[in-house]
Amino acid sequence: MPEHDQIVGTSPLRKEGRAKVLGQAKYVDDLSLPGMWHGATVRSTIARGLIRTIHFAPEVDWSEFAIVRASDIPGENTIVHLTKDHPCLATQEVNHPEEPILLLAHREKAALLAGVASVRIDYDELPGVFTIEQSEQAVANNDAERIIWEGSDYGGTANCFKQYALYSGESGETEDSLAAAFETADYIVEGEYHTGAQEQLYIEPNGVIAECEKDAQGNVISVCVQGSMQCPYYLVHALTLVFNLPEGKCRVIQTETGGAFGGKEDFPSVIGSHAALLAMKCGHPVKMIYDRAEDMAATTKRHPSRTRHRTAVSKDGKLLGCEIEIALDGGAYATLSPVVLSRATIHAPGPYKWPFVRVRAKAVATNLPPHGAFRGFGAPQSLFALERHMDKVARVVGLAPEELRRRNFLATGDRTATGQLLDEPVDMERLLERALDESNYDAKLARFAEENRSSAIKRGMGIAAFMHGSGFTGSGERRLNSVVQVELLPDGRPQILVSSTEFGQGTNTILCQVAAQSLQIPYEQVVIAQPDTHMVPNSGPTVASRTAMIVGKLVERASTHLLDTLRAGSGLALSHTPEQFTKAALAYLDKHGSLRCSARYEPVRPVEWNDELFHGDAYPTYAWAVYVAEVAVDLNTYSASVTRFDALQEVGRIMHPVLAKGQIEGGVAQGIGYALYEKCVWKDGRMMNNQMTNYIMPTSADLPEIHVHFEEVPCVHGPSGAKGIGELPMDGPAPAILNAIENATGISFDTIPLLPEDIFVKVSGFTNPEHGGSGELDPDRLGEFLPEVNA
Amino acid sequence: MKCGIQLAVNGEERRVNVPPMKRLLDVLREDLHLTGTKEGCGEGECGACAVLMNGELVNSCLVPALQANGARLCTIEGVSTEGRLHPIQQCFLENGGAQCGICTPGMILATHHLLDKHPTPTLEQIQEGLAGNLCRCTGYMRIFEAVQKAAEAQHAI
Repeated sequence: MPEHDQIVGTSPLRKEGRAKVLGQAKYVDDLSLPGMWHGATVRSTIARGLIRTIHFAPEVDWSEFAIVRASDIPGENTIVHLTKDHPCLATQEVNHPEEPILLLAHREKAALLAGVASVRIDYDELPGVFTIEQSEQAVANNDAERIIWEGSDYGGTANCFKQYALYSGESGETEDSLAAAFETADYIVEGEYHTGAQEQLYIEPNGVIAECEKDAQGNVISVCVQGSMQCPYYLVHALTLVFNLPEGKCRVIQTETGGAFGGKEDFPSVIGSHAALLAMKCGHPVKMIYDRAEDMAATTKRHPSRTRHRTAVSKDGKLLGCEIEIALDGGAYATLSPVVLSRATIHAPGPYKWPFVRVRAKAVATNLPPHGAFRGFGAPQSLFALERHMDKVARVVGLAPEELRRRNFLATGDRTATGQLLDEPVDMERLLERALDESNYDAKLARFAEENRSSAIKRGMGIAAFMHGSGFTGSGERRLNSVVQVELLPDGRPQILVSSTEFGQGTNTILCQVAAQSLQIPYEQVVIAQPDTHMVPNSGPTVASRTAMIVGKLVERASTHLLDTLRAGSGLALSHTPEQFTKAALAYLDKHGSLRCSARYEPVRPVEWNDELFHGDAYPTYAWAVYVAEVAVDLNTYSASVTRFDALQEVGRIMHPVLAKGQIEGGVAQGIGYALYEKCVWKDGRMMNNQMTNYIMPTSADLPEIHVHFEEVPCVHGPSGAKGIGELPMDGPAPAILNAIENATGISFDTIPLLPEDIFVKVSGFTNPEHGGSGELDPDRLGEFLPEVNA
Repeated sequence: MKCGIQLAVNGEERRVNVPPMKRLLDVLREDLHLTGTKEGCGEGECGACAVLMNGELVNSCLVPALQANGARLCTIEGVSTEGRLHPIQQCFLENGGAQCGICTPGMILATHHLLDKHPTPTLEQIQEGLAGNLCRCTGYMRIFEAVQKAAEAQHAI
């Protein structure tokens, strides 16, 4: 075996990898229970209105169906997130297209399609709001008809789920000091940036199988749901309310999960509750699997955003202050929007030192299906705006984009916009230097500028500098109060018990590495249990780049506890072989029957966070990165493509080089899709392109070589020095790509996704007076209008 | 109406009695209990349901059962022999080519098909050969590496 201290940092085979390459891994649709029925959802066909009547077509034998209405719900009609505004099933009103109204189950899956089509619902339609601007206008105009959301016990005002204001400053935190910064500025630079919705597009759609147990009187005594999900205990919590049952009577089991990316964070609470209600009604296990079109139309997406920047800067490129205004489109119910907004707010000032910052942020209500969690969770939106804006500031000041950033980076000992002291090493300058070096930035910039003069294919380079907070925000980890256990199996192998889930990112593997290293035994000897809430403690949700760092640290502590117990109780020596470990484990079990060691979350260092003022230690730590995109824009076809991508980051110690690279490459690919391909087309709140045929994610033929580079700086918060890695790579690609497109064409684009038709409109707008263009630019001469890049 | 369909699945003669328009994907999963073949989109875009039919790569969600009558099929269950991983599977496992695993069966069969056509594929041939199989996790880089390593491994045999 390798030395124990070499297990973290090597790349052992993925724990469940063999089953996956053999096709033996069981996803929820591969499972079948005896007597199982199938479930389906009858959904709203309109965006907003009152349900008048529900007709069941007489030619269908409805006695063969189980039908669930809101009135059948034994507990509360709510899908709980932060508040209870989100109904499990609509009662009198609907607030978005595809809102669930009725549930149907049948023993034959094939009968459901006709069943759903044979229910007709008549509505009294109400006017809807479908964009951030429409939602704001309704409030501004006091248009009561278009106030679609009124507030909740969690806060919020008309059409606004949540608002935050973040003020920071070295010597004061007032509007006055901010105003002074703008008065002394040599330049004031303004910009407005937009991002679209993005579909998670996990290849396995949402799906569950539910069972329900009733007593002789027909009252529900327990429910059990297994399926594809990230956060089993979130679903437990949802079920306790819907069924009015204690936690111990709501069992949730995660099955192998075919991708999630945030899309299976909160949504399983919906489909899981629905399937359990159908199981209650029909008395059989019920399987509900969405098909692709339903999954895309009805489940969550990344929040669309609008971000405005106003920046004060001196003529030597020192950032003096900024005002940032963020608006997210939350869809029809609050769901996770307040938390997404919080991460957007904290990440908005980026990795820069600002004497004064003011961020005002809000999440507004629209009549779209609720937007939710997607890798990055608000940060990709605000970092897109910031990093596009930094290029604009650089242009105004007359500095190269990299030079402006270099002059303003946060460094060790500085405080972030929330006032958090960066007492661990932070070296953005080093990251920038190396990223420019690895991508051959200077040489390419010069070469492209030269070549672009005589080519209709314009090439360019762009950078983005950014960070991503690891773990829950502020006091969130303290509130989660996560617990991890490590136990001995009867054969003496240690087994990890966590509710943290594997959905491709490598949870099983890295947690086993951590345990193996702590227990000083081979990786192969460690086992991890399937997340089943009747078997595993609540180690928190699998979100927020927290699993490696937070849960990994708990696995390390629980494992060390177990090792110490064996040393004290079975005479295991300080240095031992795998065989000696097993022998000591069996001796301990023989004498005591069992051994299970727990670890509960304790912050490595005290966390000071004020939720009201948005001030203090926003995250235990941040991962830092500089990404470089190389693009080609073909002015014959108006298509832009990424021709090379360099991703350099500092994510603490690398636990598993192969998995870590895979995380970065996969995130960059999603980021490229976010920037150039993936467009949700909406009509009156309904997604019109809810198919893989017309919602385009990158294929193997669309992606460039993605070069991944790590700077390894061990971090005190994670096991063996690890930080969070999962979300970071989603944040940087889009701004780097649009910066590169501006470098290539001289034209500034501030909205993503950026499709060929968008490039066409803007280029022809510039060049063709008949289309309202100024006639200033000729596509063939665009190269001559390239901005000065090496000022 | 049902009809008898004869299939040679992973070298074994199988006979099923199914509606003629039943999707081959459902015949494999429901009638033959070969659940390694996955459904991702049901419209031939994602390739999660890809299998080899008479040596050609097909999306089994688009093939009616009747069309497969008499065909030779290879699914993910037929790629390994007696529990020993095929070099393609081994290389996917070692190089991080499988993350969530849902696209993996189709991806491995697409690789199988690609390496039959191009035993020493260029990066472009790999990119094109796998362009019908969507992977949302990896960004494809680990998969390309796995395919290159598998090509080398096959030559070594």
